[in-house]
Amino acid sequence: MTDMQTTKENIRIGFYVCHCGHNIAAMVDCPDVAKYVKGLPNVVLSRDYKYMCSDPGQELIQKDIREYKLNRVVVASCSPLLHEHTFRGATEAGGLNPYFFHMVNIREHNSWVHTDRAEATAKAKALAHAAIDRVAFHKALETKTVKINPDVLVVGGGIAGIHAAMTLANAGKKVYLVEREPSIGGHMAKFDKTFPTLDCAACILTPKMSEVGAHPNITLWSYSEIARVDGYVGNYKVQVKRKPRYISEERCIGCQDCITHCVFKEPKFEDVFNEGLGKRKPVYIPFPQATPQIVLIDPNVCLNFKRAKGPDGTPIVSDKCKKTCVEACGDKNAIDFTQKEEIKEIDVGTIIVATGFQSFDAKRVPAYGYGTHKNVYTALEIERLVNASGPTGGEVILREGKNADGSPKHPKSIGIIHCVGSRDKKTHIWCSRVCCMYSMKLAHLLKEHTGAEIYNFYIDIRAPGKGYEEFYNKLLDEGVHFIRGRVGEVTDWTMTPEEEGKLVIRVEDTLAGYVRRIPVDMVVLATGLEPQADAQDVRRLFNMSCGTEGFFLERHPKLAPVNTFTDGIFIAGACQGPRDIPDTVAQAGAAAAEALVLIDKGFIEQEPNTAYILDEDCSGCKSCIPLCPYSAILYDENRKKAFINEALCKGCGTCVGACPSGSIVQNLFEDDEIFSEIQGVLATVPA
Amino acid sequence: MTKSSATSAGAWTPRIVAFFCNWCTYTAADLAGVSRLKYASNVRVIRLMCSGRVDPQFVLDALTRGADGVLIGGCHPGDCHYVEGNYKMLRRFQLLKRLLRDMGVEEDRVRLEWISAAEGDKVKAVINEMTEQLLRLGPLGLPQQFEEWDKEITRLEQEVGSPGNGATCACAAKLQAPTQASRKEVAHV
Repeated sequence: MTDMQTTKENIRIGFYVCHCGHNIAAMVDCPDVAKYVKGLPNVVLSRDYKYMCSDPGQELIQKDIREYKLNRVVVASCSPLLHEHTFRGATEAGGLNPYFFHMVNIREHNSWVHTDRAEATAKAKALAHAAIDRVAFHKALETKTVKINPDVLVVGGGIAGIHAAMTLANAGKKVYLVEREPSIGGHMAKFDKTFPTLDCAACILTPKMSEVGAHPNITLWSYSEIARVDGYVGNYKVQVKRKPRYISEERCIGCQDCITHCVFKEPKFEDVFNEGLGKRKPVYIPFPQATPQIVLIDPNVCLNFKRAKGPDGTPIVSDKCKKTCVEACGDKNAIDFTQKEEIKEIDVGTIIVATGFQSFDAKRVPAYGYGTHKNVYTALEIERLVNASGPTGGEVILREGKNADGSPKHPKSIGIIHCVGSRDKKTHIWCSRVCCMYSMKLAHLLKEHTGAEIYNFYIDIRAPGKGYEEFYNKLLDEGVHFIRGRVGEVTDWTMTPEEEGKLVIRVEDTLAGYVRRIPVDMVVLATGLEPQADAQDVRRLFNMSCGTEGFFLERHPKLAPVNTFTDGIFIAGACQGPRDIPDTVAQAGAAAAEALVLIDKGFIEQEPNTAYILDEDCSGCKSCIPLCPYSAILYDENRKKAFINEALCKGCGTCVGACPSGSIVQNLFEDDEIFSEIQGVLATVPA
Repeated sequence: MTKSSATSAGAWTPRIVAFFCNWCTYTAADLAGVSRLKYASNVRVIRLMCSGRVDPQFVLDALTRGADGVLIGGCHPGDCHYVEGNYKMLRRFQLLKRLLRDMGVEEDRVRLEWISAAEGDKVKAVINEMTEQLLRLGPLGLPQQFEEWDKEITRLEQEVGSPGNGATCACAAKLQAPTQASRKEVAHV
């Protein structure tokens, strides 16, 4: 970098206005803007060019810098969030300090949002004028580099988190995998088979889960949550809340003798993992392949804790139970009723957030009768019901109704309603992307298990993926019925003897053109995917943004789909939007690769937009000190002056805007630069 | 540089200077662009890293240089990329509003809006609404007003005789074109 000694007198600005093909040129008269800027002070050269970001465009800047001895460069094109970096690079390659460059946004903020060519051209001129005024004040700046801690935190132990953690661990990085539930596996662990290949979900997932549990580079903390995140890219300080399992993770060997010997002879409490279809004991392991293979005790139902609460409401050890579990555990001595919540602090450089989705609550569409009619199920319930390790061992039994001989009843006809909580203005407007496919998968599995007649009620079949359309065709061959139309209601109000004792699905068949009543034994609601209930809290924790629908927002929908607006924090999987397993795994790999880029580079260059205090102007009033959220401003008692620790400053400029003596300066956003910009945008522009 | 009335050829339209924070509102405006939403072309956006950087002097300066309105955009409370810069702006804004009211500047001319990176449609709505409000209010015309006052003072001086110390005149001149020194004199919040 050559830091040219420039004074206001010999400023030589090169200005470039980009056509961006037709993107800008269609709404802005680019040659006219170039002509206008040519007449502004300090402008040596003003050009319009088809694509400034292309190689020839960048070379043009470099050549002009040398040929015309430019010392400032302004490009009017797209958003600086997209190409500022590109043009700073070109400016630097031309032999100038990259911060002698300034960018004008005349695409996103102008040509794409306005409809009057004259107005848009005038606006482009005003914005360009402001940049020309501003860039004269620019100074040569040095970027500072920050070291990256090579350890990574992965939040969420679903398939996304598992894959990201494994990728990083296999690359030799140390990974902390934090999962809220007692076991990793996420939603995928609940599935029976996966579409369209019909692989058994457990068969492909559980080996990965065990690998995570055994990997020397992975520290797996299940039943834990993130409590606090401080720091910045490369140097995050994270507090992890480890909830008490009342079982020592070090001493439990997963023999499950305690479960067998629990004073409750029969399981009698709702089994969350099985969507409430099964029962579990107070001491339990969520599912047979759970990782880690460590039991836990639910203090809300365990007899030992029942009615034995300390003054602060936390469970205490009581003598209300015979504690047969402790006896069974014997000298392994793994049960510890005195366990308390623990906060662990870790240092990591990068974070991958893979917190997944939650299933839409089917009760929000009362017309479909979930919770009212017992034989209406959600898709996740069916996943457990058809699963060999599920509550019924894979037998599809109706919740309500028995055969004449008192044996459990199997459905003879099943209706699967698509788009429950998707593509509906009343609930969620988005398509959840996976429901068509998983509905067809369930249709196949249910037919296989029961031989029932299956009716799919759909709006459109969306099967975009490798082998997906083929799967749909296969289902048609299998004789599964597809009826196009959004279902009006599910009712037990019958009109004919055939409908007696069944649920009737009322739907307008939009292909046949009339309203139909279809009696079935079982209704399956293909519930959509929605953001986790606490997505907003998680977002704040990691300083991320959410889109309008509540999923985490990526930095760029196409070019940075796993990055967030906070450097060093990446997102993967369905926390960013509904997606299927292959896409989730691909995205998790991408997030891991993005983290590896930072780790293997070892450092990151940070924008030099930090603030500093002009010693001679500081009155020592200390009004800036409490404003800084990073405690970057310190006070020198001897000299009675404030000063800024540059390493801690993040460059927001809040102190700058508040200093009564105007003695704080923010690089790249100096008062002079902003005042000249204000003056520039308000300059009279000829029509 | 010229700091004249907003009128160019044709009818008067308001001019809005906007200060948008890099992380939420500027990104939202980018999103509005990418989504091809259409809104009034009266706004000129100046990018800052945080709404906390907005010095009330920026607002006053924009108005005295001929802006008819000023729009400040920041992240929603609790969402600031820098933890709480937007709250600091809100505090300053409350005081600034009082000052503007005393100066006779209508409340609708200066607006603070929380617009998240996902709310491209809110950018459109706010700018359109503000443009309409300003059209109703008409030009603020502070530069012309200052010119008038200066003329009046010159006339008064001539009537009285010698210019004297010209304290009032200097005051008006200062507001019209703030120098680096005078900017520092004005109390910050």
